[in-house]
Amino acid sequence: MDITFTLNGKPVSVSTEPDRRAIDLLREDLGLTGLKEGCGTGECGACTLMMDGETRLSCLTLAVQLQGRDILTVEGLGDTPEGAAIQDAFVDQGAVQCGYCIPGMEMATLALLKENPAAGRDEIRTALSGNLCRCTGYVKILDAVEQAGRQISARKEGR
Amino acid sequence: MSQVYTPSYLHECFSILNEYPEARLMAGGTDLLVRLRHAGAAVKPPLILLNNIPGLADIRLDTGDLCIGSGASFSAIMAHPLVQNHAQLLAKAVGTIGGPAIRNMGTLGGNIITASPAGDSLPPLYAMDARLVLDSSAGTRIIPIARFIGGPGKTDIQKDEILTQIRIPLGDDVFQAQCFEKVGLRRSLAIAVTSFCGRLMFAKDGTVVRARFTWGSVAPTVAGSPEAETAVTGSRLDPETIKISVAAATASLSPIDDIRASAHYRRTVAGNLLRRFLENAGATNNT
Repeated sequence: MDITFTLNGKPVSVSTEPDRRAIDLLREDLGLTGLKEGCGTGECGACTLMMDGETRLSCLTLAVQLQGRDILTVEGLGDTPEGAAIQDAFVDQGAVQCGYCIPGMEMATLALLKENPAAGRDEIRTALSGNLCRCTGYVKILDAVEQAGRQISARKEGR
Repeated sequence: MSQVYTPSYLHECFSILNEYPEARLMAGGTDLLVRLRHAGAAVKPPLILLNNIPGLADIRLDTGDLCIGSGASFSAIMAHPLVQNHAQLLAKAVGTIGGPAIRNMGTLGGNIITASPAGDSLPPLYAMDARLVLDSSAGTRIIPIARFIGGPGKTDIQKDEILTQIRIPLGDDVFQAQCFEKVGLRRSLAIAVTSFCGRLMFAKDGTVVRARFTWGSVAPTVAGSPEAETAVTGSRLDPETIKISVAAATASLSPIDDIRASAHYRRTVAGNLLRRFLENAGATNNT
């Protein structure tokens, strides 16, 4: 079947099996390998994308569910002002070790900071609670989210 | 390959279910897709997606009930003012499910149909006497949740039925003390080792008029303990009363040993969650 949706700001139309997983369609047919498959069962958050502004796990989403939706992956993240601030902050703080969890971490961060750029440490922990880092580098990730939040707040206040 | 249907109306679902009785209804997919994956490539039932059916995710008040559409996501339920005002226990419980992305996907209807002994929404739904609205081409029936869930993964749903709405009667009764607590091996993405939901109504003099206790993960379905409730009803929450109630509760529960915890540990935690609730409620309400 043909599926049409918006992917990182551009309209896309693809032909695929409806029961294919969204992660497979996006990685294999559309080349968006920023989406990572960790567990495939909704426990690790590495495959997190944004659908209509909400985080969602692409390993538990069927291709057919993308129909008509607005999808943002880490490949499009840097094109949004908040996303660019998040990526800069992760680099600045050295928050990336092996990097496998980072696309998911950054999508979860975007969902948080869009709503609440002044989020405190506990709110950040809650927002990232569905994303596992097995290098266990959580402290620098939390530092990066705080820094990105400060930058986004400053921009909103016009400084 | 699974055939996937994306009906826009409930009556379309009924026709598809009639034609393919082996079809599975899918809401959030967070449990179903994992189970189908584990079942292997040989098991490929047709899937009927419920996401496009208008009204199935609505949350509203109707004739004294808080009505939650079966397709409402945990995130939507947590954030909804009606739920926060009238069913804080449920808001708190669904807030402990999975992580944020899972809560954006998973639905209340799905949590009920999955009928896990550890389903986090279930202890509050039992404690609030929720009723379930089941629609089929033949009509509608309404059934209390305690009569609907029969065991792990077992419900009374009939082949052509769809769970469309969860109704929580609000009434005028005010429970002055309420709690939901979940003990897991970590705070997020963890299945409950034991969960507890308590509600207490006090008279002006501090005696308990009504008590409602439910536990998750300590029995094949949500467990209650009428003995523990009786032990506190008509009494003030003094240390002796609390002791009797906790002993009655731990004696009545039937947890199992599994990968997450031993039966002994679960029973102890279940009793301790009740004790903590009663002690806190007693300290606040004994005048």
